Amino acid sequence: MDDGVRSEAATGESAITVRGLRKSFGGLPVYSGFDLDVRRGDILAIFGPNGCGKSTFINMAAGLMPIDGGSILYGGRTVRQTRIGYVFQNYREALFPWLRAEENIRYPLRRLGLPRREIDRRLQQLATDFQVRFDLRRYPYELSGGQQQLVSVMRALAVEPEVLFLDEPFSALDYETTLDLRALLQDVLKRLRVTTILVSHDLEESIALSDRLLMLTRRPTAVADDVAVDLPWPRTSHTLSEPSFVALKRRCLDVFEAAVAGRV
Amino acid sequence: MRAFLHPVLGAAGFVAVWWLATWLRVADPVLLPSPVDTWRDTVAEFARGPLWNDLLRTVWRTVQAFAIATAIGVPLGLALGARERVYRAVEFVVDFFRSTPASALFPLFLILFGVGEGTKVAVAAFGATLVILFNAAYGVINARRTRVLAARVMGAGEARIVWDVLLWEAMPQILVGMRQGVSLALVIVVVAEMFIGSTDGLGQRVIVAQALFESGLMYGVIFLTGALGYAFNLLFLVAEKRLVRWGGK
Ligand SMILES: Nc1ncnc2c1ncn2[C@@H]1O[C@H](COP(=O)(O)OP(=O)(O)O)[C@@H](O)[C@H]1O
Ligand SMILES: [Mg+2]
Repeated sequence: MDDGVRSEAATGESAITVRGLRKSFGGLPVYSGFDLDVRRGDILAIFGPNGCGKSTFINMAAGLMPIDGGSILYGGRTVRQTRIGYVFQNYREALFPWLRAEENIRYPLRRLGLPRREIDRRLQQLATDFQVRFDLRRYPYELSGGQQQLVSVMRALAVEPEVLFLDEPFSALDYETTLDLRALLQDVLKRLRVTTILVSHDLEESIALSDRLLMLTRRPTAVADDVAVDLPWPRTSHTLSEPSFVALKRRCLDVFEAAVAGRV
Repeated sequence: MRAFLHPVLGAAGFVAVWWLATWLRVADPVLLPSPVDTWRDTVAEFARGPLWNDLLRTVWRTVQAFAIATAIGVPLGLALGARERVYRAVEFVVDFFRSTPASALFPLFLILFGVGEGTKVAVAAFGATLVILFNAAYGVINARRTRVLAARVMGAGEARIVWDVLLWEAMPQILVGMRQGVSLALVIVVVAEMFIGSTDGLGQRVIVAQALFESGLMYGVIFLTGALGYAFNLLFLVAEKRLVRWGGK
């Protein structure tokens, strides 16, 4: 009864509902009964030590890895019935180098079977949204790392996803490029209200880009802290030095250190 | 320019050493004719006509064998590679026959296909198929997992993934396999022409020239088979460069 009411409410406002998620590798559990609700339109950052299962989680959520038990639903639907976008950490290995950048972006739209005119319209729209100033007719290996990851982001957003997954999308880029991409991304995500899960091992980035920050412990993975990030949007490089940001980061660091030391 | 100059210099050096050896009479001229004699005899044979026919027959057999090997080896290799567990199950058989000298299979193929054109092409196709299949399968097995996952997340089904991702991921390795395959097909065709009842082809030409002590012609035809093998190889090296521009990047 209680459960019924809760899931009713959940489908109403929550875009992602995880219940009793279980996953283990070779008998060693990563998740043993993990629950999570993500509100529609929220950017949820997941932060945790290396190997705690962040990638495992979003791979299961994106349907790329089977789950051992429990459920991950999107407004009551499975991932197969949901339009999703996924940005991989390693853009070099995620883009198709035999296709031009623009063909990479068109690829998921072709899989949806959209008419050509609509595909071109979306490509134009994305190029405008992300202020693309390089030639999209070039091949991925002719672009810089930042440009390649921007193409990956555009490819993921082309399908107008209900949920977007980002697995450490900036970790292979230099700081300046990262700041640029972050600014462009938050702009588009907030305007389109895309529900997003961002995995990061960079605490500053996790806070700067999220509405809510989930801090995970070492395996077996549990939630060390669940922090609402109430900073105003847009968040610029100035945000990073504001007292509210600094205080939040301090608090998260303390939790993180305690969690890694195993005291949570 | 350099790239062109070096091979030319190498070839000139080789001919010079050869010429010197004949000039010093290192061997009986019947066994080792001079480069000039070899050239003259070979050109004369081309002028008379039959050598053109032999060259064309050998090329045609090799091309047929290679086309069959590609048509079977590439799709089968892709399909097996995509199901790694299945490939592991047949890997031993593929490796075993890949390691078996094709010439040892002549008697078997003679029983199956008779003493005709079919046998030569079939043995060559068999050998080349295994090489191409093996390379295509490994190309797929070593495909970047991330690209397959990316395609899947974008809604590509399994058949789509083979066509849109695995084929391209395996392309460099497939072309390597085709290059090795065409070389092997040529080797087998030439040997088959020597030993299983042929009336034409470069292999048969070498044997006949040797039997008739036409040593100038024999050397000429040997070099002709070498040039043919080299040309096939070069063709695929160029194809690799043009088709796989992203290679190594
Ligand atoms: N396919 C797999 N087989 C076995 N162990 C795995 C596999 N994938 C991940 N793991 C293990 O699960 C844990 C979580 O991995 P992962 O989700 O990649 O961590 P991260 O939080 O760094 O992204 C790690 O200890 C890793 O070794
Ligand atoms: Mg990871």
